Amino acid sequence: MIEAHNLTKTFKDKKRGVITAVDNVSFTCRPGQIYGLLGANGAGKTTTLRLLATLLQPTSGTARLAGHDTQSASELVRANVGFLAASTALYARLTAREMITYFGRLNGMPDDAIKARIRQLSAELDMDEFLDRRCDKFSTGMKQKTSIARTLIHDPAVMIFDEPTLGLDVMTARSIVKFVRDCRNRGKTVIYSTHVMSEVEKLCDTIGIIHDGRLVAEGTLAELQQRFGETDMEEIFVKAVGGEAALAAALKN
Amino acid sequence: MNWKYITTIYLKELRDSLRDRRTLISMIVIPTLIIPVLMFGVGTVMSKVIRQAKEEATSVVILNGADSPSVVAALKADKKFHVVDGAADYKQLISDKRVRVAVEIPAGFEASLKTSTPQTVMIYHYQGELKSGLGAGELDKFFRALREKTVETRLTDRGLPVTLVKPFEIKWENVAPPEKVGGNAIGGFIPYIIIILSFTGAMYPAIDLTAGEKERGTMETLLCSPVNRLNIVLGKFLMVLTASVTTILLSLSSMALSAVIGIMSFAGGGAAGAKAAAAGGTIPIIDPLGIFGVVAMIAPVAVLFAALLLAISLFAKSYKEAQSYVSPFIIVVIMPAMLGMLPGIDLSVKTSLIPILNLSLVCKEMLSGVWHWQYIALIFGSTTVYAAIALAFCVRMFNREDVMFRA
Repeated sequence: MIEAHNLTKTFKDKKRGVITAVDNVSFTCRPGQIYGLLGANGAGKTTTLRLLATLLQPTSGTARLAGHDTQSASELVRANVGFLAASTALYARLTAREMITYFGRLNGMPDDAIKARIRQLSAELDMDEFLDRRCDKFSTGMKQKTSIARTLIHDPAVMIFDEPTLGLDVMTARSIVKFVRDCRNRGKTVIYSTHVMSEVEKLCDTIGIIHDGRLVAEGTLAELQQRFGETDMEEIFVKAVGGEAALAAALKN
Repeated sequence: MNWKYITTIYLKELRDSLRDRRTLISMIVIPTLIIPVLMFGVGTVMSKVIRQAKEEATSVVILNGADSPSVVAALKADKKFHVVDGAADYKQLISDKRVRVAVEIPAGFEASLKTSTPQTVMIYHYQGELKSGLGAGELDKFFRALREKTVETRLTDRGLPVTLVKPFEIKWENVAPPEKVGGNAIGGFIPYIIIILSFTGAMYPAIDLTAGEKERGTMETLLCSPVNRLNIVLGKFLMVLTASVTTILLSLSSMALSAVIGIMSFAGGGAAGAKAAAAGGTIPIIDPLGIFGVVAMIAPVAVLFAALLLAISLFAKSYKEAQSYVSPFIIVVIMPAMLGMLPGIDLSVKTSLIPILNLSLVCKEMLSGVWHWQYIALIFGSTTVYAAIALAFCVRMFNREDVMFRA
């Protein structure tokens, strides 16, 4: 379960003054559901997800993940979260097994449990062949599989994906999408950010459109289609953010 | 603070660093191979060059002197000099280093030795040029001897005793035990090398573990783990400290080993060794306890360096950016370390509180067997305080969002 209440995050910038990256955002994401956070570049998706993963502290507002508050119990939150982003890389000089074991230990797991879990994940993700090779020699697909195994080692209840398909080839991107769906089917709470409209359409149970730090529209695909009188996700998105001119202005900033 | 997590992070960073070529080079290859080669290679070449310059006959141009044939003949007969023609452009010859010195013998010089009209012998040299300086010294010696001989002749001619102008003799005797001679000669040099190495040894892992991780995107992965940031900092800090201490220990052992090999080859050289010793080449001996003292005193400085380097490079977004922040600090480290080698700068309460300089000074003393316990305590204590402040600063930096996620 993810519950965000009036989350706000401001940054100070020397040139531009105070920037509100996330502005009063509230939403709820339930177990067994995928919540899609859709927004253009710089809309505030990554900051929102970093707030949820406790990498950043909110300026105001609160968030609870798996029943723990992100500010007062940040370590418990992280113990219950698997965070996968385009920006979370692997240690190039470690092997896949060493990498996954390291994060198992950082999650306080005993070595026996880590071994058993790696065996299971490796079978599921088909990693046996490269498990003991160094990550710097991996293809993108192998890297993604290792990253997935890293986020799943402690079997977290909440999964946070920040544009996980960014820059990936079609095959790898498809396998990621399949994996996200699997997470939902296993009853995990999933939040997924992207700027790819098609991914949102086929993957997400609830869609939140974020623009300029604010959540401007929220609902199921059917609800959004009805509200904006459009069937195409892209058209819905453009209408939700206030038209092309507003979108262009936001991207300029 | 949780030691289980700190150890997990430390061991991972250790394994990771041991697979990093840059860290291996700065931590192992440079101290074990480059330092002894530099120390002994450059040292041998330097002493060889100086000895050669001393042994080589001084090329000299004699200006005038036609009416002083016996002085000119004495100069020509002296094996230390090699008289060269070139009175016309002697200045150019000296500047071009083709001739070391020139001497101008005034007109009627020899005659004036018999009468008592004082004359001036001019020596032309090139200041700052080693060979010219040595040559000028030799010429000076030659003419001083001539002056003394002239005085003696004049005294004997007048029936006076030579002791009239030599009322007493001056003799020199060394009272410093050999280890102190060694301590003073290379005692200033060893801490200087160690201070620099403890800095450079920590530099690459510090950059790699912070800015390097940010650049490669693994920092965010690590921060997603439930481990408290304090434990992450301490795990990383211990790794950087390990690199620094390993660099120091390896360089000390390699210096000690090369010194032993050097002494053994001296002893094995037999006649050659004796000749070198007779030429003034005493083998410097360092108080071995002093070495342990140096290692103990350098520990808080290594902590200080490790924490500062981590904090500074953490601020950078990339490996390159971190390098450009950290590199100028080498000068900041070298300057006080060099000051410690200067004569006249001694241990006092004030200098004991200046980091790095204090270490450089106290190490020099310890290596020559002098233990100023009150200063040692003050230096160890003050450096520990500085190190603790640096470590606290480093932890603070790790908890700052604008540093960790600098865009």
